[in-house]
Amino acid sequence: MKWMKDVKTYTPPDFHVIRDPDRCIKCKACVEQCSFDATFYDEEEDKIWNWDAKCVGCNRCAAFCPTEAITIENRENPYRINESWGKWNVVGVKKRAAFGGAPVVSMGSDKPYIVYWDHMLINASQVTNPSIDPLREPMELKTFLGKKVDYLEIEDGKLKTVLYPQLELEIPIMFAAMSYGALNYNVIEAIGRAAVELGTYFNSGEGGLHKDHYKFEGNIIVQVASGRFGVYKEYLDVASAIEIKIGQGAKPGIGGHLPGEKVTASIAQTRMIPKGTDALSPAPHHDIYSIEDLRQLIYALKEATEYKKPIFVKIACVHNIAAIASGVAQAGADVIVLDGFKGGTGASPQVIRDNVGLPIELALASVDDRLRQEGLRGKISLVASGGIRNSMDVIKAIALGADAVYIGTATLIAIGCTMCQQCHTGKCAWGIATQDPFLSKRQNPNIATQRLVNLVNVWALEIKETLGAMGINSIESLKGNRLALRGFDLSEKEMEILGILHAGE
Amino acid sequence: MKLVKINEDNCVYCHLCEVACKTEHSVSKDIIKAVKKENVLSRCTVEFNYPYSASIMCRHCDDAPCIFACQNGSMHRDERGYVVVNTQTCVGCWMCIMVCPYGVIKQGKNDDWGLSIKCDLCPDRSIPACVEACPNEALTFEEL
Repeated sequence: MKWMKDVKTYTPPDFHVIRDPDRCIKCKACVEQCSFDATFYDEEEDKIWNWDAKCVGCNRCAAFCPTEAITIENRENPYRINESWGKWNVVGVKKRAAFGGAPVVSMGSDKPYIVYWDHMLINASQVTNPSIDPLREPMELKTFLGKKVDYLEIEDGKLKTVLYPQLELEIPIMFAAMSYGALNYNVIEAIGRAAVELGTYFNSGEGGLHKDHYKFEGNIIVQVASGRFGVYKEYLDVASAIEIKIGQGAKPGIGGHLPGEKVTASIAQTRMIPKGTDALSPAPHHDIYSIEDLRQLIYALKEATEYKKPIFVKIACVHNIAAIASGVAQAGADVIVLDGFKGGTGASPQVIRDNVGLPIELALASVDDRLRQEGLRGKISLVASGGIRNSMDVIKAIALGADAVYIGTATLIAIGCTMCQQCHTGKCAWGIATQDPFLSKRQNPNIATQRLVNLVNVWALEIKETLGAMGINSIESLKGNRLALRGFDLSEKEMEILGILHAGE
Repeated sequence: MKLVKINEDNCVYCHLCEVACKTEHSVSKDIIKAVKKENVLSRCTVEFNYPYSASIMCRHCDDAPCIFACQNGSMHRDERGYVVVNTQTCVGCWMCIMVCPYGVIKQGKNDDWGLSIKCDLCPDRSIPACVEACPNEALTFEEL
C-alpha cells in the first residue's frame, strides 16, 4: 500500500472497489482516470491497488475498464446498527471533531425527503375526449416568458398595444445557472451550443461570461448575483434576459464560494477579480434589504438595457415563499424563478443543503395560488427549478403552475456526472466541475452538445406524447391545470397545498 | 488518403486505444487473452506530460524514412498507400526503428522474433480499432 492511513481522522469508507484479478489486464485505464488517488499502480509488484477510503463512488474507473473488472459497491454501515443515529450522524460528528470545520458538500440534498413528483399521477383521455397522436398531428411546446399584458388593443387590423419583451422557448426547458468557475470552459461551451440548437436558453450563472461564449447571443440569460462578478455593460447587452439571483435552492440565505485554487487566469478575467483569490458572493445583496430595494435594482437593470430584456428574479424556496414571490412580482420582475431545496450546488455547507428550504412542488403550488389570488399570475411568468429529474417532472411542474423549468443536475448527468458530490473539491473525474486542464479535457464539447440535445429532444417527445394522451395539443392548455394531476399517499394538507385531488376522486 | 487524426485536446489518457490495438492484432481477438496470453504489443502509445496527453502511432509519412532505411524492402507502401512491414521478409535489423522520427516502430517481443512491429491501420476494418475505441474523439479517422 502506498500510504499510511491517518487513524486520527478515520471514518469507515463509503465504497468498496472490487477488482476481479482474472479480468484485470492492467491496462491502467482506471489508474489514470481516478482523480482522487483511490487507484494506483505499483510498478515493482505489477499490481493495481485501490484505496477505498479515497473512493468517492464516481464510477469513472468502472466506466472505463474495458474488461468490466471493476465493481464499486456501497459499503454497509460497519458500526452497530443504531436507527436513531444512522451512519451519517455518527460520521458527521466524527468528521467535525477530527477536522474542526463544517463539512462542505455539493450537488442537491441526498436525504430521504419525500419527492412529491413521485406522488402525483397524470390524467389521460378515454372515450369521452379523444387522445392525440403527436407523430401525426401538430403539438405545440412553444413557450413565451416575460410580462404579459391584460388585454390587446387592435386598431385598423393592427396591434396597437406595446408588448413587453419576451423570451421565446421552443421547449419549456432551460439550462440552469451554473457558473464559469463551477463548471469549466468546455462544459459551458457544450451547454451554449445545445441551447442554440434546441432554441432554448442557458443561464451564465453568477461568474460572468467568457468572451468566447458571447457567440451564443440570443440564447443567453445572464445572472447578476450578490457578488456582481463580471457584470458590465457588454455582459448585459449580450443577454436575452437578466436574472437577479437572490437565493439558491441548495443553500438559501447564504452566498456562493469559489475557492481560490479554482480561480485561474481566465476565470479571474471573466469574473473581474484577482487571480487565485477566493470568489465570495455575500449572503445578501448589500443593496437589497427590502422589496423596494429589489425594485430599484430591477429598474436599474431595465434602464441599463433600455427596457428591451425581461428581468428574472431567482428566489430559493423558503417558508412564506408565496408572500415573498408576491412581493417580487410587485417589485417589477417579469419572471420569477423558484429554486427548490433539491436543487444542486457546487459547494454548500452540509447542514444548509440538507435542512434549509422547501420542496419545489409545494412552493410552486402555493406561489401559483397566491399570484392567482392577487391577479398577478397572468402578468408574470413562473419558472420552476431544483429537482427536475425527468420529462414527467416537467409536465407535473407545468400542471402545478410553472411556465417553464430549469434543469441543472440533469444537464450534468447527461454529460457524465454520477452525482458523487465532489464538485467542491475541483477534482471532478468526469471533467465537469473542475478547472484542472488535464481533467477538463474529459469533456469534449462536440460529444457533450449532442448528448444534451438528445436528452432535451427526447424529453420534448415524451412531453408531447403525454400531452397527446391527455388530449391536449398545446403546452399552454396544461399550464396550471391541476385537474390533470391526482395525488396518492399524501395527507389532506399536502394535497390542499398542492391543490390537487386524491387519486380516485 | 484517410489517416488517424490525433486531437490531443480531447485525449483523456485512458489507454483504451492501446487495449483495442492489442485485441485487434491478436490471434484470438479476445481482449483478456490478447493481453494475458498472447502478450501482443500495442502499435499506438499514449504519451503523457501533464496536462498534455496524446496517443501516438505511425503517421504513414509521404517521405517515409523507414522505407528508405529498410535494407530489403520489407518496409513498404501497400496498395492502400499505408506504410506497412512484411514480417515474412523482415530480418529484425531495426534500422526503421532508428530512423523513425516519431518513435512509433517497436521491436517485437520474443514471440515475434524481434521483428519490427508498427501500425498497419487495421486492414481488416473500415475504421481502425483505436479510433473506434476512443471514448472522447481524441482519435478520428479522416482525410488529412
